[in-house]
Amino acid sequence: MKNSKNVVWYWVFLFPTLSLFAMFQGWPIVASWYYSTLDWSGLTSDAKFVGMQNFIKVAQDPYFWNAFKNSFKFMAGTVPFHLIFALILAVLLHRPGLKAANLFRTFIFLPVVTTTSIVGIIMVFIWGSDGAVNGALMNMGLLDQPINWLGDANWAMFTVVLISVWKNLGVNLVYWLAGLQSISQELYEAAEVDGATGIRKFTHITVPLLIPIGTIILLLNVVNSLKAFDLVKTMTNGGPFFATDVVSTYIYRYAFTSEMGLPQLGYASAAGLFFALTIILLAIFQSFVQKRIKGGSK
Amino acid sequence: MGTIKRSIFYVVMTAFCLIWIYPFLWMVTASFKTQNEFFTNGLSLIPKHLTFDNITRAWNQANFEQYFFNSVIITVGTIAIVFFTTATCGYVLGRYSFKGKKIIYALLISSMFVPMEFAIIPIYDLIRKLGLVNTQMGVILAEAGGNHLIFILLFATFFAKIPNELEEASIVDGSGFFRTFIRVMLPLSKPVIGSVMIMQFIWSWNSFLLPLILTLSAPNARPLSVGLYALQGENIVDWTGIAAGGTIAIVPIIVIFLFLQRFFVDGIAGSVKG
Repeated sequence: MKNSKNVVWYWVFLFPTLSLFAMFQGWPIVASWYYSTLDWSGLTSDAKFVGMQNFIKVAQDPYFWNAFKNSFKFMAGTVPFHLIFALILAVLLHRPGLKAANLFRTFIFLPVVTTTSIVGIIMVFIWGSDGAVNGALMNMGLLDQPINWLGDANWAMFTVVLISVWKNLGVNLVYWLAGLQSISQELYEAAEVDGATGIRKFTHITVPLLIPIGTIILLLNVVNSLKAFDLVKTMTNGGPFFATDVVSTYIYRYAFTSEMGLPQLGYASAAGLFFALTIILLAIFQSFVQKRIKGGSK
Repeated sequence: MGTIKRSIFYVVMTAFCLIWIYPFLWMVTASFKTQNEFFTNGLSLIPKHLTFDNITRAWNQANFEQYFFNSVIITVGTIAIVFFTTATCGYVLGRYSFKGKKIIYALLISSMFVPMEFAIIPIYDLIRKLGLVNTQMGVILAEAGGNHLIFILLFATFFAKIPNELEEASIVDGSGFFRTFIRVMLPLSKPVIGSVMIMQFIWSWNSFLLPLILTLSAPNARPLSVGLYALQGENIVDWTGIAAGGTIAIVPIIVIFLFLQRFFVDGIAGSVKG
């Protein structure tokens, strides 16, 4: 079957993917290095080469570091929920003979398929001063005065994290369920014969066998949470007083709006690259740790 | 599990699920309330006087008819391109070994770690140079050009498992490479095609950043997700109108999800199992 005619076909079949890849993933990576050295609004053709100046300006801007810190705060807030809470939920719903499991899963999954920008808009109301959350908390006597959850700088990040967990828990539930399904029931039966109880079965069988899939889930969540844009943009637009400003909203502000004077595509590119490098370093670090864990357990 | 323990479990899970779907119920019911009722009785989930005024207002006056049409065009266009490219690429990567295959895999995988949101500026510039800013075609191309490694892997692992005999039989029948792919392989991969299409449907319908940037100065090219956001910016007091717009935007996707969720959930699960 391996003849030269087929080799031509291979490349014909690969061509569409590779050309789109080159245009929309390869080129942007190359181009953003170039853009980051320009003083350029993007609107005119008077781009001026400024060397490393944009990077120096980014590194000196306290608002960039605020956004940088917030991106990691957001990650630290959401990721543990998606790892621990979603796993507990998956274990509860995975039990054989649980008739309503599919129904529960569907409900928890619904926010995942919903347009994030719409979620953002609804949540502005539900978590606002007159919204359902304050109504419920005040009825229960847990709150004397309404809090503007998204409009109060002390609470905004907390609220954004909670809403993001609500939005994405379902997809993590499915990830963990996929992992649980790959564990053979015989292992549990054997453990029961040996007298193992629920918790011991969980810590001695479930958890160790879920580590490979768990590291994938961790990586997906870390990368996705650092990229968060839609929810933050539509709920708080980075505010109030930059309390929820993350790197993606920071970049958007400089690249596509005139809030800061003319758009500054060069400067925004430098900020984007700076952050992209951070994420890549994290990914490398994680795969290094993962290899060490794997190596250690052999 | 004892009966009491089981009942407690069901009660807790049901309460939990109600919290999960409350925002949807709130939005859908708010879109059938009058402005007046909304401000006096905004939190209740049952409208006292059912009105369709909000829906018609959103559809006709707030341009949602156009946004809906744009969402459909963008979604269908993206699905068509993504299906075509990932099926062909996955087929070759999954079934054949050849020089350069490892490099292609490495390229595709490494780009997963590069957050494309931060390469948005060159993408915008490229679309502008192609003369496609403020068109649906620009959004389609940019969406289709994103990272679809998951789909490629789903196709590749599926095609890798198809026994060689089927391919050989097809060749004996006189089919070449392309005919074998179209006539034999693609029909076999229906479950993967279903997953890829429904996943891409949901992603395209919901995408926000790319269409937001690529239609910044062209309201008539916006999809629902962006149109609604713009409406909120202009008109924060018309909550029932905004709720109606949101309902128009999410009902199609939720209905499709409820009917085809098996494909979607299998696809998501398959993407982490690899």
